Amino acid sequence: MEAKQKATTALIHIILILISITMLVPFLWMILTAFKTLSESTSVNPFVIFPSEWITENFTKVINNMDFPMLYSNTILLIVGRVVAAVLTATLAGYAFARLNFRGKNFMFSLVLFQMMVPGQIFIIPQYLMVSAMGALNTIFALVFPGLVTAFGTFLLRQAYMGLPKDLEEAARLDGCNIPQTFLYIMAPLTRSSMVALGIFTAVFAYKDLMWPFICNKDVMPLSAALAKMQGQYASNYPQLMAASLLACIPMIILYLIFQKQFIEGIATSGGKL
Amino acid sequence: MANPKKGTSQERNEFIWGWIFILPTMIGLIVLNIYPIFKTIYESFFKTGDFGRGNQFIGAANYVKMFGDPEIWQALINTFKYAIVEVPFSIIISLVLAVLLNRKMKGRAVYRTIFFLPMVAAPAAIAMVWRWLFNAEFGLLNHIFGTKTNWVSNPSIAIFSIAIIGIWSIIGYNMVLFISGLQEIPGDYYEAASIDGATGIKQFWHITCPLLSPTIFFVMITRVIGGLQVFDLIYMVIDKNNPALYKTQSLVYLFYQNSFVENNKGYGSTIVVLLLAIIMVITVIQMWGQKKWVHYS
Repeated sequence: MEAKQKATTALIHIILILISITMLVPFLWMILTAFKTLSESTSVNPFVIFPSEWITENFTKVINNMDFPMLYSNTILLIVGRVVAAVLTATLAGYAFARLNFRGKNFMFSLVLFQMMVPGQIFIIPQYLMVSAMGALNTIFALVFPGLVTAFGTFLLRQAYMGLPKDLEEAARLDGCNIPQTFLYIMAPLTRSSMVALGIFTAVFAYKDLMWPFICNKDVMPLSAALAKMQGQYASNYPQLMAASLLACIPMIILYLIFQKQFIEGIATSGGKL
Repeated sequence: MANPKKGTSQERNEFIWGWIFILPTMIGLIVLNIYPIFKTIYESFFKTGDFGRGNQFIGAANYVKMFGDPEIWQALINTFKYAIVEVPFSIIISLVLAVLLNRKMKGRAVYRTIFFLPMVAAPAAIAMVWRWLFNAEFGLLNHIFGTKTNWVSNPSIAIFSIAIIGIWSIIGYNMVLFISGLQEIPGDYYEAASIDGATGIKQFWHITCPLLSPTIFFVMITRVIGGLQVFDLIYMVIDKNNPALYKTQSLVYLFYQNSFVENNKGYGSTIVVLLLAIIMVITVIQMWGQKKWVHYS
């Protein structure tokens, strides 16, 4: 019995290791290519796996060509703007939808649900026309704009508030707290983990968003759009493309490795929208 | 409670504060999302004038054009091909991984970290490295398999190569959702099944599958919607002069092309309305179909 169990465990590990390799190979290939010369990367006979010499020239070249400090700061501002706006508005609305009774609540909440069911591309043309009419194309504001509020986050925070016990609020009210005080001092702190989840979720998807930055900003670009544009310019210089990709991915990957528990839980509890 | 006057002032307070709290979200939602839905539908009845000015009402002409446009039909086929490969494979693989990882074992956290890694990488970077792996002349894949396959430029297979990237990108995410679903299944069920002599695979079919079916359904709905919206990978992997472009461009790709490259926002709107209609119909079918296989306890 025990031998059989050991064999099963070994088999499971073999499957998991094979899939791990499949998941890691693209990242490893990105790293290996980024340190190769162009001629080494396109050498077929012999095919080169490891660079004979680990050169850093590809990195210095893309750093000179792409103004990475600006791309990082644009990306950070995009992420911070969306996270702050989304968490703030969703926390307020989520609390009201979950714990307060008022006329018009159900209709308004149905609008929230409705937004979550339609494909996001349907918003893009009018959003573009609005930003354009405001004369705000090519600004950080334009990047943040579609993420100022979040239907999904409102839904998520509402779920979090619904899960809190009723007595808390009643006790607070008996102690003389009014509604904003109850919200601010008693209830909101208890949903901190959902706020973190929403924040991480918003950050990751702001970082990954490609179409909107591409449309609204030709100059003030975040990393994702800049990478896409770079591919058009250096179509076949893969060592440089891979160096730029690495530079674009590494900050998020490092954050992920440090806060992986929060990342995985954040994205998992946030469930749904991609 | 006993004091009716206090009750009404409480009601009034909740009304005022409720609206104050939801106001930022609702204004944003109406301006950014609700109004654009109707605006896009409205735009689909217009031909966009030069420089975006002087839009001209053309009735259903965009729709007539769309339904007679072989490029749209091909894009519809491409989009469905992508979704039909990506959704089932990503769900099956991630379900197997979740079941394998849902136990006490060495390296569990390490595996989970690795499988989830693509979720935090920029899609542009993912697409580029895969394009490089798929490269017919210098790519690692052809070298390893000893093939000379044109993974992304052969029109009959390119869309499936892109689906492979899609599957690779998403399995970690699906897996995490499945693991959290699995953890809600009480251990007693498995103990009882073991006593009755049900082994691993039997347990999977008779306990795991039915009890996990709400999570599977949720993942399926969201993945189908996500799959039908495929854009980034196709945009990044398939060049304008790639011979496989016609057989890989998706509906959202054509939406982007028409709206923002060719600047015909009216026609672009028409395409996105079609996408909306398709997603609605498929979601309704899935909602209706779930009664047959999803078990809510």
